[in-house]
Amino acid sequence: MSAGSGRADGDASRERVLGRIRRALADVPRYERPRDHPVVRDYLRTHAERTPAESVALLAENLADYRAVVHRTDPAGLPPLLGRLLASRGARRVVVPAGLPRGWLAGARVDLVPDAAALTPRELDSADSVVTGCALAIAETGTVVLDSGPDQGRRRISLVPDHHLCVVRIADQVVDSVPQALERLAPERPLTWISGPSATSDIELDRVEGVHGPRTLEVILVDGDPRSL
Amino acid sequence: MPAFPRAAAVSTRDGGLRANLRHATHTIRAKRAAAVAELDDWERLRAAGAAIKDRTLRHLDHYLVRLEENVTRAGGTVHWAADAAEANRIVTDLVRATGEREVVKVKSMVTQEIGLNAALAEAGIRAYETDLAELIVQLGDDLPSHILVPAIHRNRGEIRDIFRDRMAQWGRPAPEGLTDRPADLAEAARLHLREKFLRSKVAISGANFMVAETGTLVVVESEGNGRMCLTLPETLISVVGIEKTVPTWQDLEVFLQLLPRSSTAERMNPYTSMWTGTTAEDGPRAFHLVLLDNGRTDTLADRVGRQALRCIRCSACLNVCPVYERAGGHAYGSPYPGPIGAILTPQLRGLISPLEESLPYASSLCGACYDACPVAIDIPEVLVHLRERVVEGGEVTVRGTRTVIKPARKHAAERALMRTAGWVLDHPAALRHGQRLAARTRRFHPRRLPGPGRTWTDSRELPEMPAESFRDWWARTRGGPTATRPREQAS
Repeated sequence: MSAGSGRADGDASRERVLGRIRRALADVPRYERPRDHPVVRDYLRTHAERTPAESVALLAENLADYRAVVHRTDPAGLPPLLGRLLASRGARRVVVPAGLPRGWLAGARVDLVPDAAALTPRELDSADSVVTGCALAIAETGTVVLDSGPDQGRRRISLVPDHHLCVVRIADQVVDSVPQALERLAPERPLTWISGPSATSDIELDRVEGVHGPRTLEVILVDGDPRSL
Repeated sequence: MPAFPRAAAVSTRDGGLRANLRHATHTIRAKRAAAVAELDDWERLRAAGAAIKDRTLRHLDHYLVRLEENVTRAGGTVHWAADAAEANRIVTDLVRATGEREVVKVKSMVTQEIGLNAALAEAGIRAYETDLAELIVQLGDDLPSHILVPAIHRNRGEIRDIFRDRMAQWGRPAPEGLTDRPADLAEAARLHLREKFLRSKVAISGANFMVAETGTLVVVESEGNGRMCLTLPETLISVVGIEKTVPTWQDLEVFLQLLPRSSTAERMNPYTSMWTGTTAEDGPRAFHLVLLDNGRTDTLADRVGRQALRCIRCSACLNVCPVYERAGGHAYGSPYPGPIGAILTPQLRGLISPLEESLPYASSLCGACYDACPVAIDIPEVLVHLRERVVEGGEVTVRGTRTVIKPARKHAAERALMRTAGWVLDHPAALRHGQRLAARTRRFHPRRLPGPGRTWTDSRELPEMPAESFRDWWARTRGGPTATRPREQAS
């Protein structure tokens, strides 16, 4: 096992800590394997039986409860809606992931800033908005999850601009619960779970939106498949 | 640090502090109850959370080795630190190797525990706290007083003053004419910190969970400062206690339901970041994980006390604790205040001074903390167990070595008293005479006990002694030769 820091004293500490653990666990039978110690998983996979329509309604309700702005549209309505939402904020520079369908912003009169490794944090800071897709959304908690897929880009782009527009496909991206979400996510990808805009309750437990992340999160729920746009 | 009773005696007299604390803990207590009530399988989730943590602890060596393999495979580097000094040295060396003189930090209990900021300062490296509450604490040259809301003891006026007076010394000054509106204060923090986020090359974090099976680390937060630190810098160093390990990816489904609802009373916190090693062109190019022992294996060696290592630092126990609510976090003399601190601190550090010896007594044993704990740590059980250690001494593990500690000195009188009480209760005649004597001398009893008993009456009234003992009363009214026995009367 040479995974330590590579320094001799580092390896010594590794052995010291592991040795202490083994001595501390003298009461655990030597023949016991981790799986012999049971974990009963009789908790619920979801907290209610819902039709797809009910799941989407719950997602919208919970997103709004944590002050995300929720919109619903169909594929044809997506480009004009995005154009309107960006125009209403006066957004000029908009960051877009490399794999975002080009048609989504066809109707928007904005300068597109493509996500690229060379894009510095300062350049991102000068952008007004970012538009992304997502990996999935969780109805029971009001969460969208990004996994750095082609239509989502690097983690930083949904963080530094002050306005985040996130598109969710109703047909195949909405799950009910946290257990269902984890089942579908790949741990080797960097994951960002977003539930409403950035917020703090550190001052007398008064909730304030927008400390370091985007102050405004708008989630657009799309009926149908907008990928071919 | 003074022992808990002395520190608490000061804080309980601070009316402002008590008002801030009462407001905050009661607000979050009510919200949390509502968030928990939404899940009708809460008790089953709680049992699963406890069972997962217990399984992990019983095979911690196995899971840590797997974690190390998987973090390394994903491009991270794993370091092991037996104690605080070693962890600080590893982190300092790693920062030095980057050539940087400043770092941004995600809120992390464990770096408070090891005193990392001071160690970095000694090496000429400035560490900036980026969580709003930690920023308030750092600028105010203060200590955190709550696990979740470290500046819970400060109200908006105090925070405004701290920002106005101190921000300029740490970077961008507070805006002119800063008001005490929470939104304005948050905006001032945003502007102050954004400069640091955008230029920082090195970040330091803790983690809420580490998944052995995949090598994934998880940070749960609200503000986005965590995401800033975890994704913008080139080097990320995470210092994490070995007990934060969970075996499998699936286990997160339990803790990501238990933690947000228990801590901030939300269905889900605004941001959760998960990363596995490094990812090409997304996030830090170098990732170092420092696995910290610092008393955790000593805690593991105590079969009753080891359950404290299940703790996921949600702070639900603080918000329901009548003692915490009145004494405040600073009285506990550790980054871990409240009921969990009362069992964690003496175990991590050992019963090494009057502070640690006093902490198991910083409780009324009302049990509210046990009811609130999302991983079902029986805090009262551990408190009583540790009290026994303090009074009786006994076998403990200190830095990995079994040793026998002596009873704490000030408890000699208590032990003598208990031995006497045991003898008296075994000898009814002596008890009878004693009670009779006590009753007849009641006019001469002091209101406060002298000698070693004084500490007891410092915070309590002596019980009122009745004019005659129960035995005397019984003998006089029913038990005498002329009185009718109740049983005979009934027949």
